Amino acid sequence: MANLADLKIGEKGEIVGFTDELLSLKLLEMGCLPGTEVVLTHLAPFGDPIAIRVSGSYTLSMRREEAETMLIKRT
Amino acid sequence: MSKTPKIALIGNPNAGKSSLFNSLTGLNQKTGNFPGVTMEKLTGIWELEPKRPVEILDLPGIYSIYPKSIDEELVINILGDPKHPDFPDMAIVVADASNLKRNLLLFSQVRDLGIPTVLALNMIDVAESEGYVINSIKLARELNVEVAEVNAKKGIGLNGLKLSVIKTLQNRFASNDALPLPVSDEVIQEVQANFGEAEIYRSLLWLMEHDHMKMFDKKQRETFDAIKSKHHFSSKKYQSEETVKRYEQITEVVDRCVINLNRQWDAVPVRTWTDRLDKFFLHPVGGYVFFLAILFVMFQAVFTWATYPMDLIDGGVAALNDWLKGVLPDSALTALLTDGLIAGIGGVLIFIPQIAFLFLFISLLEETGYMSRVMFIMDKLMRRFGLNGKSVVPLISGVACAVPAIMSTRSIGSWKDRLITILVTPLMSCSARLPIYTVLIALVVPEKNTLFGLFNLQGVALFGLYLLGFFMALVSAWVMKIILQAKEKSYFIMELPTYKGPRFKHVAMTIFNSVNAFVFEAGKIIVAISIVLWVLASYGPGDEIAQSEAQIRLENPTLQGVGLQNKISADKLEHSYAGHFGHFVEPAIRPLGYDWKIGIALITSFAAREVFVGTMSTIYSMGGEVDDENATIKNRMRAEINPATGKPMYDAALGFSLLIFYAFAMQCMSTLATTYRETKSWKYPLIQFSYMTALAYLSAFAVYQWLS
Repeated sequence: MANLADLKIGEKGEIVGFTDELLSLKLLEMGCLPGTEVVLTHLAPFGDPIAIRVSGSYTLSMRREEAETMLIKRT
Repeated sequence: MSKTPKIALIGNPNAGKSSLFNSLTGLNQKTGNFPGVTMEKLTGIWELEPKRPVEILDLPGIYSIYPKSIDEELVINILGDPKHPDFPDMAIVVADASNLKRNLLLFSQVRDLGIPTVLALNMIDVAESEGYVINSIKLARELNVEVAEVNAKKGIGLNGLKLSVIKTLQNRFASNDALPLPVSDEVIQEVQANFGEAEIYRSLLWLMEHDHMKMFDKKQRETFDAIKSKHHFSSKKYQSEETVKRYEQITEVVDRCVINLNRQWDAVPVRTWTDRLDKFFLHPVGGYVFFLAILFVMFQAVFTWATYPMDLIDGGVAALNDWLKGVLPDSALTALLTDGLIAGIGGVLIFIPQIAFLFLFISLLEETGYMSRVMFIMDKLMRRFGLNGKSVVPLISGVACAVPAIMSTRSIGSWKDRLITILVTPLMSCSARLPIYTVLIALVVPEKNTLFGLFNLQGVALFGLYLLGFFMALVSAWVMKIILQAKEKSYFIMELPTYKGPRFKHVAMTIFNSVNAFVFEAGKIIVAISIVLWVLASYGPGDEIAQSEAQIRLENPTLQGVGLQNKISADKLEHSYAGHFGHFVEPAIRPLGYDWKIGIALITSFAAREVFVGTMSTIYSMGGEVDDENATIKNRMRAEINPATGKPMYDAALGFSLLIFYAFAMQCMSTLATTYRETKSWKYPLIQFSYMTALAYLSAFAVYQWLS
């Protein structure tokens, strides 16, 4: 299954689930719920961290290893 | 008279909480876009009606009631504990209307705690420009609270907010008895049996977050843990499901109260200014180039623009002193006033322009939202050295002052990253080092030379010193990363806020507060030490000083006038208490190229390094003639002759050795005290002091030996 870190800039995905319980708590609070649409908008130099647009409402940055815990479905 | 009601301001970071606080109270304080700024307890008085004041408490921005870092714990400690002295009578939750669902999550948690709550909808204009139309009357009905539309930045809608607050204070607040997600009654009953009746959600919150709450002791925590294990209750699982459930409920409410005009012509995404700017600021190459350029301009400004007002102050103080000496009778009291007190005050005042410029830049970067972009592009790089992107803020703030910088590390979630950041932050060149750099660079770096005809060479040297401090901070962090073993995960999940125009009033207040703090806090120490120093330099043990004068006259029968006076005053200084101190430490600092006069300055500046320049001006104004030409400290030091070589004392080797020493040495009591407060252990300030002093000594030694 694809995770958030697999996306390329401009690609969209829909959140399916999480693989890390602790990180998922933080991500859920920030509005990254299963079913939410995310778009990869920016990559920092060396491709890490990354920034995503969460359901078109705001920009969230996280590290690549954190993005790997977010499972997505490409849309 | 009943006591003044307390109202807590709560909201997500960047929702406009601090702006609303300013608009309500009229009291001004520092606000910004990155976490940590509203960490200090900020309160203000808001006149609800004539003669009906309420107290407003500004709490740090949070996304949820469940804390993820130390600064977030403050909120749960206040809101979760009705016995807390700051427990509010009611809360205003400030919500960013353009990001309503996420903001309502926190709102629903606060309301469920049983705290009477008003929802202040901010940034409705932004939401509308993005195509969202919010029916706030319907929202109020759905949420069963008062809702007020406000524009926190412009201070619009405050009367409506007043009405909502008055109504909420008067009416009994209909709190929510149901949990968002049910748990077995037995769990709640057991918590309440042990810890007293409370709102159900509050009892549950205690059960889940007791580790982060100061109101419970060890034994109570064990009771909580026993209840949890007895009922197989998992806090993480509950929190995760609770959050999902709350979002479901919020989505239903929002769908009924908000119309999204964009949905009709779905495909066209709005390209905002923030997107366009981020294309550039977050660019893999351009982003770094721009960041370095900003830093470079900042230092050029501090060094070149600030010189004009500085020269004015410097000249003014020297002129005042000369005038006083001419007018007042020649006595010890006059000398104390001019050479002791006024020279000391002058040493403080002269740095106001540079500190003002520095804080102008730092607060502009904070205000506009650019600082979080810096964290974003720097994270990967910083992580290699055991720091993280959020360490950039303390490190950059460290350029101003290590004390607030160390306090701002509270937003760093990982203890190891935070500790390393605390330990290395004082290596960043703070504004107290600036005076020392300024004087010494002016002595050893030629002013006229420019690199490619573009840059002021002295500005380049100053920039180099700041880079050196930063580089050394990275190296030290890297070493500590290897030494400190901790298997703790740090995370970097962080919002990138939209760019905003700076609120110039806030920028002005930041500058004013920093200058104020420097002049009155640091200034007090500097002036006090200047006076003590003057006394120590004017008097000596027994009658050594009196003897020295006679001795000089005897040894130099041919000398007369100024030459004789100089010799006498220099010799007097050597035989004073200060001279004895200096001589005492001289053997230890000789390898670095320092004599006993610098020794005096080193000793006095161990409490606070900014004292160095004041000390130097006191020492040299006593050791030399005071005429207009040589009145400034720079010129006095330039005129100083090394008795061993007959050449100027302040040559490149000594100058750079001193610069390096001051760049690395830990000479600030306030910073050590702050490190103690933030780490709750004397071990870390001790480590900080030792490693920095060793670093300073060895580097200064190497530089002096290499250059001389």
